[in-house]
Parts: sequence; structure tokens; C-alpha cells
Amino acid sequence: MVSSVDETQTTQRIETSPLLEVNNLSVYYHTSRGPVKAVENVSFDIRAHERLGLVGESGSGKSTIALALLRMIRPPGQIEGGQVVLDGTDLLRLSEEQMRTMRLNKIALVAQGAMNSLNPVVKIKPQLIDGMKDHDLGLSDKQMDARVAELLDSVGLRKNVAGMYPHELSGGMKQRVCIAIAISLRPKLIIADEPTSALDVVVQRQVMDTLLTVQEDLGASILLIGHDMGLMAQVADRVGIMYAGQFAEMSQSADLFRDPLHPYSQLLINSLPSIEHKGALKGIPGLPPSLLERPVGCAFRPRCPFAFDRCEVEEPPLREVRPNRLVACHLY
Amino acid sequence: MTALMEIRHASKVFGGKSMFGKAKQGTVALNDFTMTVHEAPPTITAVVGESGSGKTTLVRLMLGLTAPTSGEVLYRGVDIRKLSKESHLSYLRDVQTIMQDPYEVYNPFYKVDHVLRVPIDKFRLAKNPADAQILMEETLNAVGLRPEDTLGRHPHQLSGGQRQRIMVARALLIRPRLIIADEPVSMVDASLRATILESLRKLHDDFGISMLYITHDLTTAYQISRNIIVLYRGDVAEVGDVDLVVRKPLHPYTQLLIESIPVIDTTQSWKKEKLTDESQSISSVPSQGCRFANRCPHVMDICRQQAPPLYRTDAGRAVSCFLYRENPILGDRGLDEVLEVTRESVATAAD
Repeated sequence: MVSSVDETQTTQRIETSPLLEVNNLSVYYHTSRGPVKAVENVSFDIRAHERLGLVGESGSGKSTIALALLRMIRPPGQIEGGQVVLDGTDLLRLSEEQMRTMRLNKIALVAQGAMNSLNPVVKIKPQLIDGMKDHDLGLSDKQMDARVAELLDSVGLRKNVAGMYPHELSGGMKQRVCIAIAISLRPKLIIADEPTSALDVVVQRQVMDTLLTVQEDLGASILLIGHDMGLMAQVADRVGIMYAGQFAEMSQSADLFRDPLHPYSQLLINSLPSIEHKGALKGIPGLPPSLLERPVGCAFRPRCPFAFDRCEVEEPPLREVRPNRLVACHLY
Repeated sequence: MTALMEIRHASKVFGGKSMFGKAKQGTVALNDFTMTVHEAPPTITAVVGESGSGKTTLVRLMLGLTAPTSGEVLYRGVDIRKLSKESHLSYLRDVQTIMQDPYEVYNPFYKVDHVLRVPIDKFRLAKNPADAQILMEETLNAVGLRPEDTLGRHPHQLSGGQRQRIMVARALLIRPRLIIADEPVSMVDASLRATILESLRKLHDDFGISMLYITHDLTTAYQISRNIIVLYRGDVAEVGDVDLVVRKPLHPYTQLLIESIPVIDTTQSWKKEKLTDESQSISSVPSQGCRFANRCPHVMDICRQQAPPLYRTDAGRAVSCFLYRENPILGDRGLDEVLEVTRESVATAAD
């Protein structure tokens, strides 16, 4: 069982070919005061079997990316442009109907607080098979029962959970039911948006273990979104740090946590309390910029202790400043 | 000197009666809890536990939002439900709370000034509107907010972190003796958590306010508090000096909690709890014996027969686990015996 990033195992698991390629994706929310540029010109990829983490403060655009990949952005939000290429298909060019067959089948979501999305008056089994029926797998009732048992088993739940109502399950069990629903059609990419933020540490660990086990069984990739840096350090192979709708840094998690390069990454990692040593708690002064009026130059400049004149006029691009380390900062 | 607040053998049981009045076994949210909160020297005590451990029930008992099934909750020696009108007002002033969700405590129709102005009017903290304005501005500055960025705005125009800091400002305005902070940073972004915790610690240092910090996050509890109480399904699992409990946990549950924290170090791996059928079920609390028995890796026969008392393993710590039964059992004064040790060391340090 892999529960931490082990260098050798990681290289064996991850393939070099990208499963998902996102190019120049922009998502705006159109308001009466103008467009809120939630995601601005973002590019990244996820390799087959890889676990990519996205972190950032609320409003940094991480959940918007998740919804954009699923094409579930609702008005006033709109995907302004870019490509989302999954397994060779640009999802943004598909018709609504074609996209509907992709969801759950190729790309699935475990949402934040997903456990509250279960219907309280319907037993678990019908909720589990709903997606499978909709995608018309042509399974007989008997095969469907077998599949339900198999799915529950794969997330570490007993068979009799199928006949229970959501209120009979604990939070962690409900979240595992949601994982079972997400993997019911064996997707290639699982998007997990803060899958454990509503759970306490012990249950969080059980749910994450479950998610990673099913990922390995399926041979899928994971896009893990959250703001718990400890969880990212333990789970993700690579981590992208988002600030104001763009990437500040994208590095292998071992590199990132050992030696963060972008000033925002440094401050963010230093602001985290640990049980290793006690000290003064250091927050990051200031607030993220309004996405209505993106500042000229670097978005992090007003809060950055190392800002210099160039940062005021020129927006730093995301560049490979060290091998396999992408950083958007004029310091490098 | 009378203590500020005392909780004496308080228990809270939910249910316990069927619809037709027949007795059935209820859910014990908090079991025979005894603790004293003193005014001086001020201390920060953390109460940690998972959902269902009884920490919110403890808060609600102390705020008088729910009545104990048995036992009592006292404010300056008087049951909080029997306070005179005058002492009730001083209780409301002395004991303040900061709630978990900074998005829900505001009335969206009012500007944020409202939450500061109401206590100023209610407790007559200012002589005239000009004084009130100065007082509001001073308080906001004290928690690191710029008054010109906050006053006159509506809640939706502020971030979660700003809203939570206004709540800290409100608590400070009233100059309470005790702040009960129920998960004050769990809904706030990581980069702001440190700032809010720091402003809470400042209130404690600068104004001598005691604090009960309720959380499920052991790392922040470790950073901010002097003492810690670990609750499990309504019982105290471990209590004492935070450095002892967090750095060298003795109770198997505390050990599990600490092992479960994902550390920000990719070279340290995250150990897993072996999942058993029992530990998954919500009704897994045994009806007798130790409440943790079904999940405990060290479970013994005795654990299933009787509930372990608190054993005093160190001067500043007690653990409710039969693994430590060679130690003396904590006396009738309960947690106070242990908590006093660190209180005294604080007092000597202050001299």
C-alpha cells in the first residue's frame, strides 16, 4: 500500500504519457461589475496513474478548474477558451450529449462534502446503480447486484450497506459510498475536491487510504484539490500551488516541501503549524487581489517580501527554473 | 477566591426515552465531566476530539444553551440557570464565544458595525457615539484589521478570515474573562489560520483572558494551548500539559489521533489504522467498559468489563486507560488536580 510518496515506487507507477492536457484554460464569472477572472490562461497536465495536487486559498481558482474539466461551470460562469484534452479528446469541443457520456465513464468527481449529496430518503443501492443505469451498461439485475457488492467491497464497506439509508452511516462511510459511485464506471481520471475536509483526522486518513487504493486498482489518475498541505505532502506526487487564478509553482511534492521556490509557496508552507516544534505563528499579511481588476505585474506582489520594480510592471510567466520545477517569479 | 466557572459532574444524555415514555438507552454525549476555569492566572486549555466526542456539548453546557442531564454548571459559585438578573448580565459579559462559522453568525442585512455596536450599547461601553467609534477602531486595530477596510461594509464584502477576526474583535471589546472558541479556524484558509490564532493568543497575553479552545486539530491546539483535554465519545481519554500529551501521548486514542495527522514532510509516511468492522459502524461504542475498546490495539479483558478511571501517570497528566493502572487514580477533584499543576507553573513563571 502506498500511502506516502516513495521515489522509486512513484517512478514505476507514473507513466510518461499525459492522460490529461489542459492548455490555456480561462474561466470567467460574468457579473454586473465585469468579468471575474477566476482562472486565467492556465496550462498543466496529468500523467497516467499520477496524483496531482492543487492547493490554494479560497478564490484561487482550484475548484473552478475542477468544474471546468467536467464542463460543469454554470452561468454566470463561462469557459472562455483553451483545451482540455483527455485521452486524445478535447472535452471542450464535445456536444452536451457526448460530454454526458464522458462524465463518470472517463472522468468522475468526488465533491467536497459529497456525503451530504446522498439522497436521505433513498437507500444506498439505488444511488449506487443510478449512474450505471443511466450509462446503459446493459447489466442484468443479478450482475448489477454483484457489481454493487464488488464496489462496496472495493471501498472497504460491507455488502449490507447497500440496503441502508444514508443516516445509518457515519460521515466517513458516506464519503466512501460517494467514492464507490465515482468509480462505478471505472473512470480514467478521478477529481477529488477536498474529499475529506469535513471529516476529522482519523476518518480522513481512512477515506484517503480508500481513495488511493481504488485509484491503484483502477489504474486511474487523481486530481486532488484542497488546502491541507500535510495531506498533499502525504498523498500527491506533484503539487500545483495556485494564486489568484494562476499557478505560482508546480513541483514534485518532495521538492516543493523540502525547498519551496515561489515566495508564496514559502510563506504558505511556513505558516503551517506543526506538532514538531512550537513557535510564533506566522500568517501571510494582506489579502489576495480582487479578480475583477487583476493587478498589472505579479498578482502576489503586494504581499511579497521580495518584490522589486520589475514585479510591478511585468507579469512573471510560469517557467521551468530548475529541472521539473515550474515557477512564476522574477526572482528566478 | 471563587472560580470563574465550574462544571461539576456534568453529564448530558440525549434520547433515553422512547416516544411513549419507556426508558431506553440514550446517547451519552458527555459523561460525568468536572473541571474548573479560574480567572487568574489566565490559561489556554484546548479540548480536542473527533465529531461526537462531546466537545460541542461541553460548549453548549457552559454557555447555558443546553441543560445538563445531571450535575451542574456554575458561574462564580452559582448555577448558571439560577443567576440573578445582575449576575446573569455579568456572566454574559465575562464569558464570550467565538463560533466556528464566520459566514453564518452575521445578519446579512446589517453592516458589520452592527455586531460591534450591539455590545457597546448593551454593556454601555462608550459614553457617546464618538467614543463608540474610537473604541471600535481601536479594537479592530488590535486584531490586525484596518477600520477603514471593515467598518461600513456588509458581511458579504469581507473574506472569511476578516469576518472571523471581527468576531475576535467583538470578543475583545467586551473584555471578557473567558473566551470559548469553538473551532475558530476550521473554516478559514491555511494562510489566515496562523493570523487568527495569533490574535487569539495576543488577547490572552495582553489582556489576561482565559481561553477554552475547542478543536479537532491537534496541531493548532499544540501551538496555542497550555493544557489539553482529549475527549472520546463523551469521556476524558487523556488530560494534562500539552507538551506531554502531544509529544508523548499515552492513551491509545491520543496516539491514533497524532499518528493520523498528515505531516508536511514527504519523507515521513502516514501510518494507517487497521479498519475493523466495529470501528466503521456508528454504533460501535460498547455499552460497558472502555468506550475505545473496540478500536484499541492493546485491548485487554478488563477493558470490556469496566470503564477505566483516570490514572495519574505524571504530575501534569492523567490517562483513562488500564495500561497505566499501576499509577494512582485521580481523586474526586477530577481534572483540576492535573490542570492545577500547569497553572501553578504559569503562576511561578509570572512572578
